[in-house]
Amino acid sequence: MLKKILILFSWILFAQQIFAQNKVAVVNFAQLEPMLQRENDTIYVVNFWATWCRPCVAELPFFEELTEKNQKNPLKVVLVSLDFGTQLESKLIPFLRKNKIKSFVVLLSDKNANAWIQKINPSWSGAIPATLCYKGKKSIFHEQEFENFEDLENFVTQLK
Amino acid sequence: MKKLTFLLVFFLSIFATLHAQIEAVKGYGIGEKAADFKLKNVDGTMFSLANMKDVKGYIIVFTCNHCPYSKMYEARIIALDNKYKPQGFPVVAINPNDPEIEPEDSFGMMKSVAKKKKYPFPYLFDDGQKIYPLFGATRTPHVFILDKELTVKYIGAIDDSAEDGSKAYEKFAERALNSLLKGEDPEPGVTRAIGCTIKAKKKK
Repeated sequence: MLKKILILFSWILFAQQIFAQNKVAVVNFAQLEPMLQRENDTIYVVNFWATWCRPCVAELPFFEELTEKNQKNPLKVVLVSLDFGTQLESKLIPFLRKNKIKSFVVLLSDKNANAWIQKINPSWSGAIPATLCYKGKKSIFHEQEFENFEDLENFVTQLK
Repeated sequence: MKKLTFLLVFFLSIFATLHAQIEAVKGYGIGEKAADFKLKNVDGTMFSLANMKDVKGYIIVFTCNHCPYSKMYEARIIALDNKYKPQGFPVVAINPNDPEIEPEDSFGMMKSVAKKKKYPFPYLFDDGQKIYPLFGATRTPHVFILDKELTVKYIGAIDDSAEDGSKAYEKFAERALNSLLKGEDPEPGVTRAIGCTIKAKKKK
């Protein structure tokens, strides 16, 4: 009986996790870090943004276009939202739904920004938007917005 | 001869790397002396740091009207001035943004915000965007604490909790100021925080 309850319980936990992934995962920096150092042939384009940041929102369509254009290529866009964890349900999720964002999104909620900002790139002061692009051990960083899709594509091409 | 060429190439490449690093770090570093400036204040006068008499230093805050992080920190910037001006460290706020890109950061809007929120400190307009690059400011809010001789002592964040100051683990700027009041150098001297990019005039 106890065993059955345990199995049922673990199934509920498992199901909850799947459900959570369908929404947006809230991660701390330790959980995000592996996504910034995967060693394979994929180009990862990691954009730091927030729904409150106007230039960030303005450049999101370029990242969406990048995702769209590279469905068959080894390129993955990761949108790291810096919205507050408390605003996940009230702001971020409605925003993603409304704008039909298809790229992969995580919410980074970690108070120790003073420590993690420089781990993402030593030159980053923390202004957003900012974009990290890496492949294996090679990486480039941009602490400003992109003017248009071409700008973003040219930036990513530097890695190829 | 081969050896010599090799050595030459070797030193040249080291030189080039060093040079590239220097190029990458823009703006004043800790221990460097800042130049005074002359900027338009919301009261209509021209303001220079030299205008402030009997001070021990300055809390220069690059901030603006539109940025949600600046708005969240507004009350804390006023509180810094209230607490540290009497101790010799007044706040000097500077809006570095180009109002053509961010109309909310126009000089007219600066005047109305300063009046409405009763800013107890000068709120200056970096007209032409000449001053913020000298400091190497990249975001709003971005704090630079200088001593009386205009030597840069601290660069970075106000605290580590934008959303709610009462939940801050670290009040970096206050800690730096308390160190300076004791005659010590702030530790850490540089901190990082999330903020809005400075809106620079587009390069044509």
